[in-house]
Amino acid sequence: MASNKKYWKSVEELKENSSIVETLQQNEFVEEIPTDEFLGDKEVLETSSTTRRDFLKYVGFTTAAASLAACEGPVIKSIPYVVAPDEIVPGVANYYASAIADGFDFANVLVKTREGRPIKIERNDLSAMGGVNARVQASVLSLYDSNRLPVPLVDGNEVSWEEFDAAVAQKMNEMTGKDIVLLTQTFASPSTSKLIKEFTAKYPDVRHVVYDTVSSSEALDAFQNKYGTRGLADYDFSKADVIVSVGADFLGDWQGGGYDAGYAQGRVPKNGKMSRHIQFEANMTLSGANADKRVPATPSQQMEILKALTGGSASGLPEHITEAVNNAKAQLKKAGNKGVVITGLPNVTAQKMALDCNEGSAVMDTTKPRMTRMGNTAEVLSVMNGVISGTVKGLITVGVDPVYSFPNSAAFAEAYKSLDMSLAFSMKLDATASLAQMVAATPHYLESWGDVQMKKGTFSLMQPTIRPLFNTRQFQDCLLKWIGNSKNYYDYIKENWTSVLGGTSWSQALHDGVLVSDAEVEMEEVPSSEGNVSMESNSANGALSASLQNGEFELTLYTKTALGDGSQANNPWLQEMPDPITRTTWDNYITVSASDATELGLENYNVANGGLNGSYVNVRMGDAVVEKVPVLIQPGQAKGSIGLALGYGKTAAIQEEMQTGVNANALYQNFSSVQNVTLEKVAGTHEFACVQLHNTMMGRDIIRETSLEIFNTKDAETWNPVPMVSKDHQEIPVTSPDADLWDSFDRSVGHHFNLSIDLNACTGCGACVIACHAENNVPVVGKEEMRMSRDMHWLRIDRYYSSEESFVEDATKKDAISGLGSSLSEYGEMENASANPQVAFQPVMCQHCNHAPCETVCPVAATSHGRQGQNHMAYNRCVGTRYCANNCPYKVRRFNWFLYAENDEFDYNMNNDLGRMVLNPDVVVRSRGVMEKCSMCIQMTQKTILDAKREGRQIKDGEFKTACSAACESGAIVFGDVNDHDSLVFEKKNDKRMYHLLEAVGTKPNVVYQAKVRNTKEV
Amino acid sequence: MCQTIDNNLTISMKKVNYRNLPSQLSLLLLACLLTFSTTIYAQDESVDVTAGEALYKANCAACHKLDKKATGPALRGVAQKYDKEWLYKWIKNSQEMVKAGDPTAVKIFAENNNSVMTAFPALSDTDIDNILAYTSQPKPEPVVAETPVAGGGGDSSGVSNDIILGALALVFLLLVVMLFLVTNTLKRIAEANGVEYEEGEKRIPLWKAFVQNQFLVLVTSIFLLLAAGYFAYGWMMQVGVDEGYAPVQPIHYSHRIHAGDNQIDCKYCHSSARKSKTSGIPSLNVCMNCHKNIAEVAPETLAEGEEYGVDYNKEIQKLYTAVGWDEDTQSYTGEEKPVKWVRVHNLPDFAYFNHAQHVTVAGVECQKCHGPVEEMEILEQFSPLTMGWCVNCHRETNVNLAGNEYYAKIHEELSKKYGVDKLTIAQMGGLECGKCHY
Repeated sequence: MASNKKYWKSVEELKENSSIVETLQQNEFVEEIPTDEFLGDKEVLETSSTTRRDFLKYVGFTTAAASLAACEGPVIKSIPYVVAPDEIVPGVANYYASAIADGFDFANVLVKTREGRPIKIERNDLSAMGGVNARVQASVLSLYDSNRLPVPLVDGNEVSWEEFDAAVAQKMNEMTGKDIVLLTQTFASPSTSKLIKEFTAKYPDVRHVVYDTVSSSEALDAFQNKYGTRGLADYDFSKADVIVSVGADFLGDWQGGGYDAGYAQGRVPKNGKMSRHIQFEANMTLSGANADKRVPATPSQQMEILKALTGGSASGLPEHITEAVNNAKAQLKKAGNKGVVITGLPNVTAQKMALDCNEGSAVMDTTKPRMTRMGNTAEVLSVMNGVISGTVKGLITVGVDPVYSFPNSAAFAEAYKSLDMSLAFSMKLDATASLAQMVAATPHYLESWGDVQMKKGTFSLMQPTIRPLFNTRQFQDCLLKWIGNSKNYYDYIKENWTSVLGGTSWSQALHDGVLVSDAEVEMEEVPSSEGNVSMESNSANGALSASLQNGEFELTLYTKTALGDGSQANNPWLQEMPDPITRTTWDNYITVSASDATELGLENYNVANGGLNGSYVNVRMGDAVVEKVPVLIQPGQAKGSIGLALGYGKTAAIQEEMQTGVNANALYQNFSSVQNVTLEKVAGTHEFACVQLHNTMMGRDIIRETSLEIFNTKDAETWNPVPMVSKDHQEIPVTSPDADLWDSFDRSVGHHFNLSIDLNACTGCGACVIACHAENNVPVVGKEEMRMSRDMHWLRIDRYYSSEESFVEDATKKDAISGLGSSLSEYGEMENASANPQVAFQPVMCQHCNHAPCETVCPVAATSHGRQGQNHMAYNRCVGTRYCANNCPYKVRRFNWFLYAENDEFDYNMNNDLGRMVLNPDVVVRSRGVMEKCSMCIQMTQKTILDAKREGRQIKDGEFKTACSAACESGAIVFGDVNDHDSLVFEKKNDKRMYHLLEAVGTKPNVVYQAKVRNTKEV
Repeated sequence: MCQTIDNNLTISMKKVNYRNLPSQLSLLLLACLLTFSTTIYAQDESVDVTAGEALYKANCAACHKLDKKATGPALRGVAQKYDKEWLYKWIKNSQEMVKAGDPTAVKIFAENNNSVMTAFPALSDTDIDNILAYTSQPKPEPVVAETPVAGGGGDSSGVSNDIILGALALVFLLLVVMLFLVTNTLKRIAEANGVEYEEGEKRIPLWKAFVQNQFLVLVTSIFLLLAAGYFAYGWMMQVGVDEGYAPVQPIHYSHRIHAGDNQIDCKYCHSSARKSKTSGIPSLNVCMNCHKNIAEVAPETLAEGEEYGVDYNKEIQKLYTAVGWDEDTQSYTGEEKPVKWVRVHNLPDFAYFNHAQHVTVAGVECQKCHGPVEEMEILEQFSPLTMGWCVNCHRETNVNLAGNEYYAKIHEELSKKYGVDKLTIAQMGGLECGKCHY
């Protein structure tokens, strides 16, 4: 039955003839709908010629047109050579031996070129000298720096070289009788030395002063006083039984660096023996991190320690340091001539003490000193003061940037501007060049000729590997022109080398890039500072005289692994490379000990997205103030000391994104790396881009470590046990076939690649990280993205601190935890690093698991396994679900959150034509939305296999390489075919130190690690 | 002697047929002149133009052309310019004369950029006579292209077909009209005669019946959707597959002539295919290895070019412009204009392909992937270059193990394990993603 019920919609309906009800009945929407707001006003609508229908037609047409256009492939043009050079086969790489000598880094290198453009720097195996560090690896990108100076300038106007020569000649004539200083980097080049002598002979007003941006003047002075020649003692740490370092970061940039290889050789236990390394230092350095025993000590304490070590008497040292010093002394005595003491203190006396102590040591070589640093503090200071006071009238700078790097840069810059003559040789319009009257655009070392004597009797040649990209002319060619020599520099070197070559042909020397010769080559004399102003400058080192004012900190200025002296600050690879110790990118900062931080109220904390935040301080030293320096609390920093890196804070000729950090040179007074400063907390929070959020292992065996004693005396099962898993309530080893979920493939046929990483040999230097970057076109993502843990490094070097005194104690503590209360509190404690922790490095890349968890979860089978042991990643198949990254226990998969190439939002090298020239054409540039990861350099193994196939031969051990294994100077990373039972990697795989990372997971990785052994025995 | 004259005359005679009077006259004159001149050189009974031509082509043609300056000067009529004894000496050893300071010799040497002429001491005076006889022949007049005679019998059949078809259509149309008119007339007659005729019961039109039958509609729409899907899929699958892509190139380069007619090995020009991942577009200096001397093609070839609407000689001139070759001075000007070729075979960046692996190691013929290039006037993409195409070949092809030390160990191990003698590429791991995608 139909209902007659009436539903009331509102109370209004009760009233009869309610106007509201009536209105609503007629018009549901009483208020007008504001269509005008989004359609525009009526007038506009009416005057528009486009009707709604037309508009829809346009939309339809454009959509259809766009989709149709997408179906048609683009027309791709190819432009071959008109006349092809004989040595270039498109698609095949050529290698040239060359050398880098930029005044800070000196190394023999091999340059890989493709179609005539350098794309990668490799080590030159013929050279015994090391030094191909991360910066040298990255130097190829600096060639393609879009901020380079393309033409010479006179008074800011672009001129031709002829005009430039004329302007210089005129100026030099005007300057007759006035004091002109030629301020250069260290060249260590015999022919340049000769050339400069000829130049100063022609222009007697010019005097040559060598300026090392980061000085080793005191060590040079001490050496010169003792041995007569200016140079630095060379050390072969592979021969050392005991190494005692007092504030010398010899695995970093101490006296030019390059000591990793020898050191690592002595650190791998052989026949039950390895070297013992004791480090006394203020900052936590690479050397300290690798030491068997590290004792934090402020620079003033270091001075006392050195005195005590070398037979003098020490005063005012705390108990635990005295004990450590006595132990070290006893061990040195025991080691006899296989012990060595080195120091990084900026003090001639200290350096002399170390030299005296090492007299007769097999480790130190003084007959063939290193020539890679020549600078003399006293002379440089006199130039600086001369310019400021006006006694120096002209300044020619080569390869140095004094306006940026001199301590009182502001006063110097003012005086520099009013010089009668200022001429800068520079690759960029840097701080100095931008103020200079004349700027000579110089080529990159990969575009230049040159010769270098890095060490007495070891000569290297530098050769161009590409035509100069810009209208540049190198310093030496300019000098030749100006002294009226019609030769070019190439002929000049060749002529100069007749004595050096001996029996070797020029072509052979050029091919090898390095030549050991007994030829005596006359180099320029650089006077010693002794008896000059040097003692004054040293006594100015208040820090070493232990007269700390209240509230003062002892600052140790250092150079970072990534940026060094800052000459490559515009290199995004280096900016993004995590510091091996702090794991922080794109910054420099004050490192401060935790207890000092608490006292000053400085803090570090992680925010919700994982990013690390920190306080700011002003660093004050007399009149010099460096403002708003971020603070990073550094475990292991000696109490009462702080550290700060040089090389940052550049602003001239540097892209905005890369103008990072603060300029610490204001504190580099008298070019002494140790200073007394005061800190003052200021408001604000600094956002760091730190890639490691968790600093301790909390007692887990991610890095297996044992002592030499246990390693020698006990079975491998006790210190390197195979993890046990439970099956049917029975404990079985994870390596047992019963513990497998999957069937194994047969891998006995063909190649089966394995990568072995020796944690004893790895010093954490990071050369592999940059080599991987260069080889695999890994994008740079920038500081903001790094902060959000979106780093793209295929290879990272994890750094762990112990939360107790050592990792062994961590494990003991973890094992002792029982019950809820205890685990809550003690696990919490274990998250924090100790005040003086043990440190361990672990390079981690894709482990190429035979039972890979990533492969089983990929919905589109984009990642799959090859029978050669590599875990393949087909980028074009990937749809970006990121399941694989979630399922990877090693967290080595990287996701392209954005398009990093040709994208203005990521304005790094892949966003300009010049920077893209460094890309490896054999590896694809990944697009947005796909996963990527280490491929075990499959393009390199495939190349090796193809070469062998073409030549119809077997592959020898050592031919297979990855970018990281090829870059590793210390021999920590070994790559090869384990089906070749004569191979080194097979030997490594069956070594008793071998273990797999997180082996208990049962992934059966193809990357193996060699457990770390520390020589912890005291005395 | 008679033979030679006859030859000349017959040649001339043939041509005479096609000429009008003035040229006929001039030709006769020329023939007479020629006869005269040959007689001069024909003192020796054995002068033989054919032998001379063979000798010329074997010894002189590398540097000389008859009518054009090449490395050396043009040679037609050279016998008239210089004394014969002098020529003997010069040909046998020109440098000696230059050194001896012979003024003519020095002058010629200087005129030709001091390029040394190879000495031919082995040529006898008779040989030289023969060559000179050949070079003294008159320049053949360019063949005037015959204007094709229009409306031949062969063509008419095509036209007539159309006409027949048109006529038929017209006839049918007429029939229809007539039928309609007839019906109308009959109707009118019937009406006039009062004849009643019943109109048939109005039935539902077919389309309406179809629309009303829901089952049929459903079946049809499913069929249509499936068909649409099938064709859409087929169409989309060919997006980006450019089989048959034959772009117009900046220089009309004919693979047919080079690889086909002249039998030049592919890898002579595409030499990097042996050792590199790319086969390499040859640099222009490779072209100049031959084209320094080949400035013009043979008349037959030129005629072939007309079929494709191209003048090969002009194309060679384009090459000279690009490489900066000055024909007059026979030297490079240094003004280079690189050629922007259009790439025919384009693989996406994410696919890695290596020519050396296929060409050198596997010994695959270029034609297997690139098709009959030696027949292509304009190069086109022969294979689809899809992943399916690659993979199929890798599944079917056996690895070329023979005589390659690299495979020895693997082969031995595998044959022991599986008891197989031959292995396909797929069995060697040639289908793994990472082998081509990295």
